[in-house]
Amino acid sequence: MTLAACCRDLRKRYDAKKKNPVDALVGLDLEVRTGECFGLLGPNGAGKTTTVEILEGLLKPTSGHVEVLGRKWNGREDDDIRQRIGISLQDTRLSDKLTPRETLSLFRSFYNQGREPDDVIRMVNLNEKADAWIVKLSGGQKQRLAVACALVGDPELLFLDEPTTGLDPQSRRELWDIIREQRTRARTTIITTHYMDEAQRLCDRVAVVDHGKIIALGSPDELIRRIGGEHVVEFDLIRHDGQSADVDIDFFTELPSVNGARPEGDGFSLTVTQPHLALPALINKLQARNLELARLTTRHVSLEDVFVTLTGRRLTDEEISSN
Amino acid sequence: MKKYHPTRELFLDRMRTFYREPEAIFWTYGFPLILTILLGIAFRNRQPELIDVAIEQSPAAADLQRRLADNDEFNLSVLDPQQCREHLRLGKVAIVVRPGDVLDYQYDPTRPESAMARAKLDDALQRAFGRTDPTPVKNTEVTEPGARYIDFLIPGLLGMNLMGGGLWGVGFVVTDMRVRKLLRRLIATPMKKTDFLFSLIAGRLVFTIPELLFILGGGLLLFNVRVQGNWITITFISLVGAVSFAGLGLLVASRAEKIETISGLMNLVMLPMWLFSGIFFSSERFPDVFQPFIQALPLTQLIDALRSVIVEGGTLIDQSARLLILLAWGGISFLLALRIFRWT
Repeated sequence: MTLAACCRDLRKRYDAKKKNPVDALVGLDLEVRTGECFGLLGPNGAGKTTTVEILEGLLKPTSGHVEVLGRKWNGREDDDIRQRIGISLQDTRLSDKLTPRETLSLFRSFYNQGREPDDVIRMVNLNEKADAWIVKLSGGQKQRLAVACALVGDPELLFLDEPTTGLDPQSRRELWDIIREQRTRARTTIITTHYMDEAQRLCDRVAVVDHGKIIALGSPDELIRRIGGEHVVEFDLIRHDGQSADVDIDFFTELPSVNGARPEGDGFSLTVTQPHLALPALINKLQARNLELARLTTRHVSLEDVFVTLTGRRLTDEEISSN
Repeated sequence: MKKYHPTRELFLDRMRTFYREPEAIFWTYGFPLILTILLGIAFRNRQPELIDVAIEQSPAAADLQRRLADNDEFNLSVLDPQQCREHLRLGKVAIVVRPGDVLDYQYDPTRPESAMARAKLDDALQRAFGRTDPTPVKNTEVTEPGARYIDFLIPGLLGMNLMGGGLWGVGFVVTDMRVRKLLRRLIATPMKKTDFLFSLIAGRLVFTIPELLFILGGGLLLFNVRVQGNWITITFISLVGAVSFAGLGLLVASRAEKIETISGLMNLVMLPMWLFSGIFFSSERFPDVFQPFIQALPLTQLIDALRSVIVEGGTLIDQSARLLILLAWGGISFLLALRIFRWT
């Protein structure tokens, strides 16, 4: 199997000369296979963007080995790599007073081969805005144009850094369709996101990045299976006599088909393989202890659960905004 | 020819982003034209003004009035003594004359127009009373285009505009693109850096031509400022100036990461040239010790060259030393900028 990109023992230290250097990457290994959609997943500040920008040749790693499409960023092969990759960076602001068609003609002119700007405009569904100034475009339209700029060189390897952050659900779905189309043409896509559902829907494989290294790697299904059980059962408890429900975690792990249990807020969260076995047993056991369910929800395990299980932290919005 | 050629696309986008920005158009073309008009009006050559003279009311007043009737240099009025004093005090008249056997001139010798009025009035009256001049004289008036302040000013304004256009037109655009992370996005493509820089410089050269036409054309139409030298020479010098200041603009902007930074740096670079390079008054007015510094400034050389050709009809060969200094500034700045330029 050929690799579209790989890096070994990648390290990046910012402000290495100053007193408090920041280690953005601490030995990251990665192999992205040709033709797959690969997701880098993790909270902001985890090192996703640093990784991607090193792969894109925009940042130099402090140490480590990087190969993109079988070539290295060494000055001699740079142009060859650039001709074959397409990039959408976080928060690039294209020229306000140019139109999408003009902008795409400009980007097209840099590549030896590529798609017609008009075709790309159609792909990203910007036909109606093709000749409007970019300043008049909505956030979703601008983001689609940024992706169009990445696609106009018909890249073998497409990098999308947080392409859907801050977009409304409709715009996100439209971008997902564009990214899926890329995979049907056997092109490789590397996407970073902190949206778990996005990674789950789009990616063949994901790497969960936290604190500058990869803490889990596999297909979304594999990762979900690895935490044992495909369902999550969440509930709160109350006692009949009104006293607080003082229950040990082991109380739940002994139940049939339950693979994991942890406190979650005021209640508990169980990972379960077969809810139809676990739930009746849970209710029986609670009744015997004079306890009652105050709330009960069941759902499929998501990558969010994988992240919480691996790190003990949630990918909450507060964490995202504080980074 | 390729359907999408990078240099052409970059250049076209430079044109579009410029002419779609009304502010940029105004500051490049409108502002210097307005400045030319205002300064031209403020320093225009006036017709010689009439001298206001009051004759104190008395029986002999009419006689004085009659004797001066043929003279068109004076604006005469006959007033009572109190009004005369008041008008003199307020500056409404330059001089008061009290008729009598001895003509009594009342005036303030510390006011230049009063002192001049005294001389002129006395001269006119003495002749009117029969004095004859011992030798004949003839007056030849020489208020010619070329020697007026506006003729001096126009090349200065053109030079100032070429400096501002080059520094802002390149420096601001580059910094703005860096702030927007657009430079970073461009450098992530296979775009050749030289294509990008070339399009910036080429854009500046093209914008220079209308600048030249606006200022020189405005001067010609509004103030009859005639161009003595060759237009092609003037255009060539202007283009050399535009390229040199574009190089300087690129250097100033090579690392700036904020619009505030670039604004400050621009003003820092331009201020000495505004003051010393002879835009509004000749740089020779500064003491000799300043001259080596003043002559080293690129704007001094540009304005001197433009002035020499526009006002004195100098040739291109005459300007070669000036143009070399100018090109040295541009070339060294450009090479330095390439070395330290930050794309990301």
